[in-house]
Amino acid sequence: MKLNGRRIYKGIAEGEAIVTKDGISFYGGVDPDTGKVVEVGHALEGQSITGKILVFPTGKGSTVGSYTLYRMKKNKTAPAAIVNRQIDTIIAVGCIISEIPCVDKIDVNEIKTGQKVVVNGTDGTVEVT
Amino acid sequence: MKLTPEEQDMLDGKNGKAVRKSMEILSTLGEIFEAERMVDVCSVQIAGVSYANLGEAGLEFLSEMAEDGKVKVLTTLNPAGMDRENWRALGIDEGFAKNQIRVIDAFAKMGIITTCSCTPYLIGNVPHFGQHIAWAESSAVCYANSVIGARTNREGGPSALASALTGKTPKYGYHLNENRHGQVLVKVNAHIKGTDGFGVLGKAIGDRLIKLGKNIPLITGISSASVEELKSFCASIATYGGTALFHMEGITPEFYGYPKPSGEVFEINQEDLEKARSELVDSGLEVDFVSIGCPQASISEIEKIASLLKGKKVKKEFWITTARPIKRMADEAGYSKIIEDAGAKFAADTCCVVAPIKGRFKGMMVDSAKACYYGRASNKSKVKIGTIVECVEEAMK
Repeated sequence: MKLNGRRIYKGIAEGEAIVTKDGISFYGGVDPDTGKVVEVGHALEGQSITGKILVFPTGKGSTVGSYTLYRMKKNKTAPAAIVNRQIDTIIAVGCIISEIPCVDKIDVNEIKTGQKVVVNGTDGTVEVT
Repeated sequence: MKLTPEEQDMLDGKNGKAVRKSMEILSTLGEIFEAERMVDVCSVQIAGVSYANLGEAGLEFLSEMAEDGKVKVLTTLNPAGMDRENWRALGIDEGFAKNQIRVIDAFAKMGIITTCSCTPYLIGNVPHFGQHIAWAESSAVCYANSVIGARTNREGGPSALASALTGKTPKYGYHLNENRHGQVLVKVNAHIKGTDGFGVLGKAIGDRLIKLGKNIPLITGISSASVEELKSFCASIATYGGTALFHMEGITPEFYGYPKPSGEVFEINQEDLEKARSELVDSGLEVDFVSIGCPQASISEIEKIASLLKGKKVKKEFWITTARPIKRMADEAGYSKIIEDAGAKFAADTCCVVAPIKGRFKGMMVDSAKACYYGRASNKSKVKIGTIVECVEEAMK
C-alpha cells in the first residue's frame, strides 16, 4: 500500500513503524539520551523510538523540541523517519536541522505498529509493505 | 512556493552550508504555511539564548551554523541565562556560566550583536511602520506588530537564525494585510494605569481570547499608554492570550486600517480586572525576592527606582533586569550607583524568566503579569503583582 503525502524533509528511510494517536513533545517528552518516550501518561511511555518510523498526528510543546531531535540524531537515538497527519513548525524544523526524512498529510490510521514502512521524504510518499 | 534565482542558489548550497540549511528551513516553512514567496527582512531578533533552554544540543547546532554562517541584517539576541559581567554576585553556577558564554560566542561568530534583550526596540534594533522583520520573543513580536506596525510572525530560534543568515522570511501570516484584521472588539470600561495595571488588563483580555479562540483584538477605551505600559501589556497578552497583534484605538497605528469585525464584542469592567489581579497574587505568600524588568526595564523605569531608593536600604533580594546598553545609560546618569548603594542588584543581559533560579526563592513580587506566569511555572515560586512603588517598598521591608 502506497500513501501519498507532502514532503517535509528529503531522504529515504526504511524501518518498523511505531504508531501513536497522541501528539509528541520532544522537549521534555522524549529522553534524547535513551530515545525513550518519557511523558507521563503518553501512549508510548517507556518505549524506544530509536531507528523506528515514528508515526503520530502532530507535534506539541516547546519550540526547543527542534533541538531535542537534533541532539537525538547526534546521539544516534533519533527515529529513522517521521510521518505526521499535520506537520507543525517544531517537528518540521527539527527534521530539517537533524536531516531526518519526514512526510505529512498522511492518514496515520492506515499504518500499524510493527509494520515495515518505507518513507520517501523526497517524493512525499509512505509505502507500507 | 516561488524562489528567486538568488534564493534558489542559497537552497542549492552555492552560498555555503549554513545558508543552505537556513533556506531549507525557510522554504519548508513557506510550503507548510502556503507562502507564495519570500520577503526581505531588515531586522532579526533571536530567541533560545539561555543555555538552560538550549542545552548541549542547541549549542552544537549553533556551533555548526557558525562554521560558515554570517548575518545579512541587523540581529540581536533574547535574554541569556545570566548577567555576563555580574553573574557571580547573582549566585549563578560556574559550570552554567561557562556554557552560557559558549552559546554567546557562537552567536558572535556569526556577526550577531550579542546584546541580550527582550526589548530590542529600546536598544536600537527597531524597525519602522510596515517593515518586514523576523523576531522571536513573544512580547517583542507583539510590540513590533501592534505598537510599531512592523510585520513579523512569532519565530522559533532556528527560523529566526535562518532569517538572519539569509535576510529572508516566507511571506505568510502577519506579513500579509489580510491576516492583520481585528477579529473581536474589546471595550475597556475602566481607567488603566501603571505597568502592573496594563499587565492585569493583558491577562484579562488574553484569558478571554483563549476561550473565544480569537487572536487579534481591537481594543477601545484606553485614553493613554506609555512605552513601559505597552511593553508590559504586550508581554502579558502574549503570555495569556498567545496574541502577536492587537489594535488599540488612539494608541496603535493600524486601528483604523482594516474593516471592523462584525458582531463579536466583549467588555472588560472593573470587576474583571479585580478578578484577573487576584489571580496574580498567591495565598500564603512570603516575599523573599523582588524583581522589576519583565520585559527588561527601560531607562525611565530605572530612574524611577533610583528616585525611590535614594539614600535608603533594601532588606530583601531585589533584582532589576535590563539590557546592557540601558544599564550603561543608568551608570552614566548615576542611577546605578544609587540603586547599588541601596543594596539592590542589576541583572543585565538576562531576566527572571530565563535565569536558572528555579527553587531559589519562595515568594516573588513583581510589577509584571508575565513574570507571575513564569515565576510560577519555571521558577516554582509563589508570586504577587504590585505597582513599581509597592515592589520597591516591599524590597525595603
